Amino acid sequence: MLKLPSVPGGAPPRPGTPAAEPASLKDNASEAAISALGWLDERTAISGTARWVMFRKVPKGTNWFYTLGTSTMMAFLSQVVTGVFLAMYYDPSPNNAYESMRHINNDVFLGQFVHGMHRWGATTMVVLIFLHMGRTFFFGAYKYPRELNWVIGVILVLLTMIMALTGYLLPWDQRSYWATAVGVNVFASAPIAGPYLGDFLRAGPEFGATTLSRFYAIHMLLLPGLIGGLIAAHLYLVIKHGTTAPPWIEAEIDEDLRKSEA
Amino acid sequence: MPDTSKNTSPYTADRNIPGAFEGETVTRRRFMTGAAHATNGIAVGMIALPAIGFALGPNFKKLEERWEAVGRPDEFSPTEYISRTITVVAGAGETGKTTVYLRERNPDIDHEPEDEYNQYIAISTRCMHLGCPVRYVPASQRFICPCHGGVYDFLGEVQGGPPVRPLDRFYTRVKDGLVELGPRFSVNSELKRFSPRDPAQDLDALGQYLFPSRPTIRKIPGT
Repeated sequence: MLKLPSVPGGAPPRPGTPAAEPASLKDNASEAAISALGWLDERTAISGTARWVMFRKVPKGTNWFYTLGTSTMMAFLSQVVTGVFLAMYYDPSPNNAYESMRHINNDVFLGQFVHGMHRWGATTMVVLIFLHMGRTFFFGAYKYPRELNWVIGVILVLLTMIMALTGYLLPWDQRSYWATAVGVNVFASAPIAGPYLGDFLRAGPEFGATTLSRFYAIHMLLLPGLIGGLIAAHLYLVIKHGTTAPPWIEAEIDEDLRKSEA
Repeated sequence: MPDTSKNTSPYTADRNIPGAFEGETVTRRRFMTGAAHATNGIAVGMIALPAIGFALGPNFKKLEERWEAVGRPDEFSPTEYISRTITVVAGAGETGKTTVYLRERNPDIDHEPEDEYNQYIAISTRCMHLGCPVRYVPASQRFICPCHGGVYDFLGEVQGGPPVRPLDRFYTRVKDGLVELGPRFSVNSELKRFSPRDPAQDLDALGQYLFPSRPTIRKIPGT
């Protein structure tokens, strides 16, 4: 049996277990798991944090609408995983990008499936993030003290939209090329800053070789990190504040508690 | 430790700070803190400035001026357009190419001042709404955009739909017996030349100031 250093003092002997009797396989396995977790917890004190994150009180009336945020995050994680695998085959150069996508779709085992997951997952994430935003808005969950989390959420919506814009160009087919040309021109139609913003996005006055690699770098290096960090901040504040009850739930006043607090 | 809280003299010696010497005004602790912050700032700058420069560099790099021969003068007619495909960005493969509609200058309809660059009229296919490719329809002698129904007349002026200004044009010249196509320029509703602007950027009235020209692409000076 795997024997890890045990907690000083050790776990108390299980009552009713005669010392002479050989331990069963099940007992040994659970003993090893407890010992391993104990070793980890003693060195990281993570059990308190884990309890704080996982075992929270939720208000009465919590319903399926409260799963939209987690769903959005899961959609993001699915995008991360499928994106990593697509990046193994994708070539962000103007002469090879389309050919590499054709290779992924036609030759690579399950390539079209993974590409499809990434493509439909992107749509799903955009839909879910807006549903989540709508839930937050209509349940009034953006109000004090959760305003900062609303702001972080809005930034996440914007980053998701930029993610969608930059990802749309990457297949480098007619649809993605012209749709992105239109998208960049929408940015460029802002007064004063617009023309310079357009040049920045295209890396020059015309779509060229640098445009594609620039969009690719923004799509798979810059934004995933930013979104991941902001999701962490978003979750921290959700856990810190707790979730809100739906607006139709009346506050229940505990008279005993009120007396004891007075 | 001597009490220094009430003494506000600028000199460390007056404040009885241990190790103070004549004329010293900045404590060594403050100096150390400042020096550490400055070092930090320089280190961050050394990483951040090249990165920002790298990202913004293309905003200041001028697009290479290209002239490309598109045919003999007798191939073009003053009454009908023919299309040619030219390369506007080198090194980007098929993506760097664009379609241009060409005809000979027609003094009956082309009233903008004549010079060496407009003996042939070259109309860009980039729609001035949001940049979709327009096509020329010979039957109606109009340019039509498939995306949102922008319509332009024979001169490229807006006839209907969302576009904000006439179609861009390209400089043309005749060299060594061949018609050559040069850089792009934009026009306002009077077909006056402007440095190239992106679609959706109005060039009438205040438009040219709201949507300034960019260092990356300018019209040929003096035209």
